[in-house]
Amino acid sequence: MIRASIMGGSGYSGGELLRLLIAHPEIEVVQVSSRSHLGEYVYQVHPNLRKQTQLKFSDPDAMQPVDLLFLALPHGTTQHKIDQFAGLASRIIDLSADFRLHDPKDYQHWYGSPHAAPGWLPKFVYGLPELHRDDLRNAHYASGVGCNATASNLALLPLVKAGLLESGQPVIIELKVGSSEGGAEGNPGTHHPERSGVVRTFSAFGHRHTAEVIQELGLSKVTLTMTSVELVRGVLATAHATVKAGVTSKDLWKAYRATAADNPFVRIVKEQRGIYRVPEPKVLAGSNYADLGFELDEASGQVVSICAIDNLMKGASGTAVQCMNLMLGFDETLGLEFPGLHPI
Amino acid sequence: MNAVSCPECEANIGLDPSVETGEILVCPDCGVDLEVIGLDPVKVELAPKEQEDWGE
Repeated sequence: MIRASIMGGSGYSGGELLRLLIAHPEIEVVQVSSRSHLGEYVYQVHPNLRKQTQLKFSDPDAMQPVDLLFLALPHGTTQHKIDQFAGLASRIIDLSADFRLHDPKDYQHWYGSPHAAPGWLPKFVYGLPELHRDDLRNAHYASGVGCNATASNLALLPLVKAGLLESGQPVIIELKVGSSEGGAEGNPGTHHPERSGVVRTFSAFGHRHTAEVIQELGLSKVTLTMTSVELVRGVLATAHATVKAGVTSKDLWKAYRATAADNPFVRIVKEQRGIYRVPEPKVLAGSNYADLGFELDEASGQVVSICAIDNLMKGASGTAVQCMNLMLGFDETLGLEFPGLHPI
Repeated sequence: MNAVSCPECEANIGLDPSVETGEILVCPDCGVDLEVIGLDPVKVELAPKEQEDWGE
């Protein structure tokens, strides 16, 4: 058994990580830290874990050495303590944004302050297996992924990988996002009377996850526009782009089919009948799948590519466990087989 | 096993040996309805279907 601990386990990503790791056949969860919930049973914060574990939250300053350490701390925290954390485990997966960007200049541009540990940035592999599977197999340090970045990157992956996009043309990605993206800490905007029922565009340009799309797909003219909708879990990315002249729907089918064949958690949802003809985040709650769909206007070359995920799973903790499986030589899908619920 | 290529998405569709002319197949990839219009060799074409508006 691999001994693993979670640093910062009281948030939504930490709780989701714990849910996955408790059920994982090759993992023993040793400690879960939380300063604000020190001494409480973890199921008192994550009620779905009652009778699943008797773990209590540990003091962050009293963490024991383990084989693998997950970091689920607020953004901007990990980079100040990475040397200390590296002394606790030879393998680290950091779910925060601190080690996603390779270039410290990019980090300063998108996050507004200099990176505190720029020397560590090249040591981390960007933790999206669909892009870096082979690198992750040999990695000791993997970053987490932005949920919106993941939905965007996967929506565009088949088009980019097959070289179908017209270079230099803008790519516009409209994202509809659930409330759990905001984390477990509330603010006036998440107060139920204010949040319930909204369709609220809260970031037209400049969302930080844009940097991950630019870095990972090599695209320059990328815009992510974020809109809050009536969901707790889920992201729907709708990407608008232009394909090269002469590209047909059959070319897109080949590209999407190849991506789905290469990646166990990527599925094509493009049906001609029934209710579920296009990707929808609703049926993905709790699952690690990313559902892709597309439509092409062959006359204009305009393509719409759609990706639905659960932001806490494929957009965070599920992908982190997928990375862990690769890093430790396990089957990539181990502990991630839950297919979601229907109806829900 | 015989196979045909889907005219919509070019998926390779395996055919049961007992396939008959007029039979409706569903492409496992793109989900279109296909009508078998010939057997030697097997040929298929998009089957006509009613539009659905999902009640909206």
